[in-house]
Amino acid sequence: MIQGVQIELISADRLTNLTTMEKIRTILDSVMLGNIVVLEHGLTPDEQSMLVEVTMREIRPGGFSGIEMETYPGKEAESGGIFGRLFKGKKPRQGRMTVIGPAGQLKMLKIERDRLVAWASLTSGG
Amino acid sequence: MSMFTRAKKTLSKFFQNIFRRKRSRIGIYGPPNAGKTTLANRIVRDCSGDAIGPVSEIPHETRRARRREDVVITGANGNTLSLDIVDTPGVTTKIDYHEFLEYGLEQDEAISRAREATEGVAEAMHWLREDIHGVIYVMDSTLDPFMQVNIMMVGIIESRDLPVVIVANKTDLPDAAPSRIKSAFPQHPVISLSGLEGTNMEELYDMMTEHFR
Repeated sequence: MIQGVQIELISADRLTNLTTMEKIRTILDSVMLGNIVVLEHGLTPDEQSMLVEVTMREIRPGGFSGIEMETYPGKEAESGGIFGRLFKGKKPRQGRMTVIGPAGQLKMLKIERDRLVAWASLTSGG
Repeated sequence: MSMFTRAKKTLSKFFQNIFRRKRSRIGIYGPPNAGKTTLANRIVRDCSGDAIGPVSEIPHETRRARRREDVVITGANGNTLSLDIVDTPGVTTKIDYHEFLEYGLEQDEAISRAREATEGVAEAMHWLREDIHGVIYVMDSTLDPFMQVNIMMVGIIESRDLPVVIVANKTDLPDAAPSRIKSAFPQHPVISLSGLEGTNMEELYDMMTEHFR
């Protein structure tokens, strides 16, 4: 049997019409199944905060141990430090493409202005 | 003083009392083992002679947000400010109890620590959204500041328009490079200090009295 990691690419359109909790459940349910989720557009800071909170409530010793999450900084990196890099302006500060996967299974190897290199293990803890 | 001026002052004080927050609640945030509790203890000890909580090299020693009320900060500039200081658990997106076994904890103890830590992080995120008026964000200056948790947390703090002072902590260590933190966050005040040794705390207090007023 061929073993592998399922990668789920979620379009901005699909997420736009969801509420914050629906977005978070969509992401977490998939990650908890061992999938790697790629969001075409990232989450807002408030959504990220909720994602961390809900992730913490889902962690079980010996089971799901959390998430790895990374966003590449994009053009904003050229001016004004790291937070200029991720979010610019005051309102809806949406991150750029975001990769989320199970902790211990997804590892970021390289984070550049416009490029993310990730490594995924077939089993957790790898 | 004319009656008009007196009335104006009384009215102004009345409205200030109604609309002004009694005390700002300042959260000490950062990733695990950045030295948040050591710094909180230093601040509270300097200002009230007491401590806020125990510290340890094992991550997630602080697993509940702890609040110390009415801490009076005095800057070298003579300004004073009364604050509530909230020491929070280290923010992370993952907690695995196996990590604690490496520090010699028994399995039951490690599992219990992991459970409490997850609750603590969730609680800390909730405080940030609901109950915090300003943030001291603590980073370990021996580590890369471009960690995802730092990016995410400062993004959240900025999106909520909370005043923030970034602390480049652990400058007592030989590998400390606070300049990396300063160049990563040029849009925020960054204070280099050692919470453990208490160096440069005066600069932090000056900044706090200016920033959290």
